[in-house]
Amino acid sequence: MITLPASINASLVLDIVLLVMLLVVAGAIVRTRSLLAAIILFGVYSMISAIWLVVMDAPDVAFTEAVVGAGISTIVLLGAILLTRGETEKSDWRKLIAPALICAAVGGVLIYAAMGLPDLGDASSPANAHVGRAYLEGTAKDIGVPNMVTAVLASYRGLDTLGETAVIFAAGIGVALMLGFGPRSSLASPPSNLGDRHVTLRVAAKLLIPLIALFALYVQFHGDLGAGGGFQAGVIMAAAITLHALVFGLRETMAAIPSRVARSVASLGVLIYAGVGVVCMINGGGFLDYDYLFPPAVEAQIPGWILGDGSHAPHWGQHAGILLIEIGVLLTVTATMVTVFYGFAGRTVDDARREAKR
Amino acid sequence: MADILAWAGGGFVIIGAALSLLGAIGVLKFPDVYTRIHAASITDTAGASMVLLGLCLIAGLSLTTLKLVFIWMFVMLTTPVSANALANAAFGSGHKPRIGAFQIMRTDERRKTPRGVDAP
Repeated sequence: MITLPASINASLVLDIVLLVMLLVVAGAIVRTRSLLAAIILFGVYSMISAIWLVVMDAPDVAFTEAVVGAGISTIVLLGAILLTRGETEKSDWRKLIAPALICAAVGGVLIYAAMGLPDLGDASSPANAHVGRAYLEGTAKDIGVPNMVTAVLASYRGLDTLGETAVIFAAGIGVALMLGFGPRSSLASPPSNLGDRHVTLRVAAKLLIPLIALFALYVQFHGDLGAGGGFQAGVIMAAAITLHALVFGLRETMAAIPSRVARSVASLGVLIYAGVGVVCMINGGGFLDYDYLFPPAVEAQIPGWILGDGSHAPHWGQHAGILLIEIGVLLTVTATMVTVFYGFAGRTVDDARREAKR
Repeated sequence: MADILAWAGGGFVIIGAALSLLGAIGVLKFPDVYTRIHAASITDTAGASMVLLGLCLIAGLSLTTLKLVFIWMFVMLTTPVSANALANAAFGSGHKPRIGAFQIMRTDERRKTPRGVDAP
């Protein structure tokens, strides 16, 4: 029997296999001339990255990568590619020399820098020693939620997450300003290709859309306890709405969720998030300091059985604050994704040509 | 007993992996888009089912098994439908089968066409 050295374990083998797959997919993306194939390969790349992040014990990040990279961005890019030619031009190899040199130089610097990185999970590394350790030790005492990622993201670093939410909102508004908020003239006629051929798809979508929406809510409200939260849930919810649009047609979806509702909800989410911070300030705390979310008179009225087993301080304000701002994130992310999708899907090739002529 | 279940579960996982491998070979080797979809959907349905069944046996009666059953239901709901949609789209965009009763190309034509390129 061959004995392997102790440093070679299953995790290392998985790492190597997944990274090789990433390299192969990246090479295929560079080589392919078909933009459609490149988009699908980007989805594959994201999915493999997500699996690798799970192996690295980062389920929250893996979750986001899977739903955003492999899910919604693939659909948005597919919507964009309908408006373009679908193939890249064959480029002159002499034009590629300078980018290739820059890539090689940056790659070399990164590889050189990676030699100086601390080991994975090294407790004395700068990232784990100072602030990181304070968060790990303080979460149970200060915040009282089991998922430390959520504690850091929503409470300790609530201001940063407010910034991220605002960035998503701004990006959505930017896309909508460029592409418009919804269908142009040519969408007025009902789509013609929805004959009886697609009955399987319609039945399956009717079964799936409620399940996907339910799963999004589970991810949303389970974020305190396990992997998940407002960002992931928002994208999953947007995927359910997008699936509806892909199967039943954009007109049906826009009748259910009009564009103005989507953009109002997007701003409502940011408003809820910032509003929670302002309420904390009114009650005497800092901005987004959830311990001050309830006035003490209200907090005394909350019955003890609602949350927790009494083993630590109850932190009603922290729980409620995280719940509220996550709802804000959910609303903004969902509505922004839907607005962006409307912007892409509402345009047709005819619209693009007409505007190019103008 | 638990040992036997774990071994049986491992066996099912290996069967599932073998089916997935067969599906991958089929995607590479089969002549046209419809047979390739057929091969790919073997990976998605039979392969995934066998792996999930094996994992259920290893996990025993627990919450994990319930979650695996939900995953199986989701897989069974989505992958046959996506294969159907793919074949439907291929048919709608005019791809013709290369083998079987609907074959339209003569043998000599098929030899001339490079692999991976479908008949117009």
